[in-house]
Amino acid sequence: MSVIPLSALDLFIAAGLVVLLAILSMAMQLGLGKRIIIAAIRTTVQLMLIGLVLKTLFDRAHLAWVLLLAIVMLSVAGYEVMARQKRSFGGWWGYGLGTLSMFISSFTIAIFVLIAVINVEPWYTPQYAIPLLGMMLGNTMTGVALSLDRLTTGAYEKRGIIEAQLILGYEWRPAVSEIVRESVRIGLMPMINSMAAAGIVSLPGMMTGQILGGSPPMEAVKYQILIMFMIAAGTGFASMGAVWLGAKRLFDDRQRLRLDRLRLGRS
Amino acid sequence: MSQFVIKQLQCLHISPVDLSIEQGQCVSFSGPSGAGKSILLKAIIDLIPNQGEVRFADHVREQMRASDWRKLVGLLPAESFWWCDRIGQHFPTLNEQHISWFSELGFEQQVLDWEVSRCSTGERQRLALLRLLCHGPKVLLLDEPTANLDKTSSDAVEKIINEYKARYQCPVIWVSHDQQQIKRVAEQHYLLEQDGQLQKVAA
Repeated sequence: MSVIPLSALDLFIAAGLVVLLAILSMAMQLGLGKRIIIAAIRTTVQLMLIGLVLKTLFDRAHLAWVLLLAIVMLSVAGYEVMARQKRSFGGWWGYGLGTLSMFISSFTIAIFVLIAVINVEPWYTPQYAIPLLGMMLGNTMTGVALSLDRLTTGAYEKRGIIEAQLILGYEWRPAVSEIVRESVRIGLMPMINSMAAAGIVSLPGMMTGQILGGSPPMEAVKYQILIMFMIAAGTGFASMGAVWLGAKRLFDDRQRLRLDRLRLGRS
Repeated sequence: MSQFVIKQLQCLHISPVDLSIEQGQCVSFSGPSGAGKSILLKAIIDLIPNQGEVRFADHVREQMRASDWRKLVGLLPAESFWWCDRIGQHFPTLNEQHISWFSELGFEQQVLDWEVSRCSTGERQRLALLRLLCHGPKVLLLDEPTANLDKTSSDAVEKIINEYKARYQCPVIWVSHDQQQIKRVAEQHYLLEQDGQLQKVAA
């Protein structure tokens, strides 16, 4: 069984639902009507574009193109992480901190799985590499952004408590350990929750897609389990790495809390 | 012999400070609010970026880990902060000396089981002093240690600091706005002006 193709008309009918929602929200004066329409248009245009890119990429599976797309995805994810923080680090740290930890964790795990688990030949086959990395980055981004936001906000709000411990001669690590733990915990929560609810409350998107595409359910389920584990590990390692680096950056070599290294973000 | 020596210490708008304090001697700082008295004390313990040298006996600040320096030079900040739920979790293991300090400041030992949130500002201020002394610093920097206290508590605090100073021969810097108190506790007086100049005041 192969997938039933959707025509442009089919999508127009679905778009009608979104238009209906927009009209309703305008009538309720939610102030969201315009934003719903813009977001729907963005989804359409962005997905169409990536569809074209993937089509071209699949036709000529070359490592350089796969890497280029991967780097573009990572850069955008890094920017999102920074933009979602209330207070982020100034200078290159603001962008580099999240990007570096996502790069190390997502890329390592994706390559590891491609080579050691899926064992696809060549390992960068875009049909596997790009969707895997995309799902990793999408989830890792959320975790890292939540963690870093909690870390910097926590340090800012608890300045007095951190400094009180430094004043008594504590090292910076124990003085900030409670905030560090809390930050990592907050970054991991969404992933743990979605692992716990998978299959009962929600049918994960990728699995649904594979089943619609005609894959046998058990094959789709196995892939989904693999993805969930990858995302959990990737999010966890990236959050821990980002928080560890970030906490270090909050203090200087004389163990002073340097909140002047943070700046107020836009959000 | 000069024990606690500050050389050309500079921080934010404060002009370079030179000061030396003998063992067991107390120096007072006063001056208008916002002149930077608290900033100067924080600069001495290296909690904020600063230039200059500080040493105590043969301990040179720049050659020590910042955390070790702060164990040696104890700062009592104007506002006390507590990071655990109960008072007792902020104290090291207490010996008999420590326990007698508690009773001198009017606390039973049960205070260690109290929730921090149930203590008044004045109680927290006295407990913060005890917390500092129980960590055993060899130099005391006190930022208005009696600001929120009534006469009785204030006297008890002065007494306990004087005893600590005499027993361990500590150099002490005492920030106060109270002229009577300054006369009682300090041998030398300094005024930190609004423009950041530290001036010695004739006795």
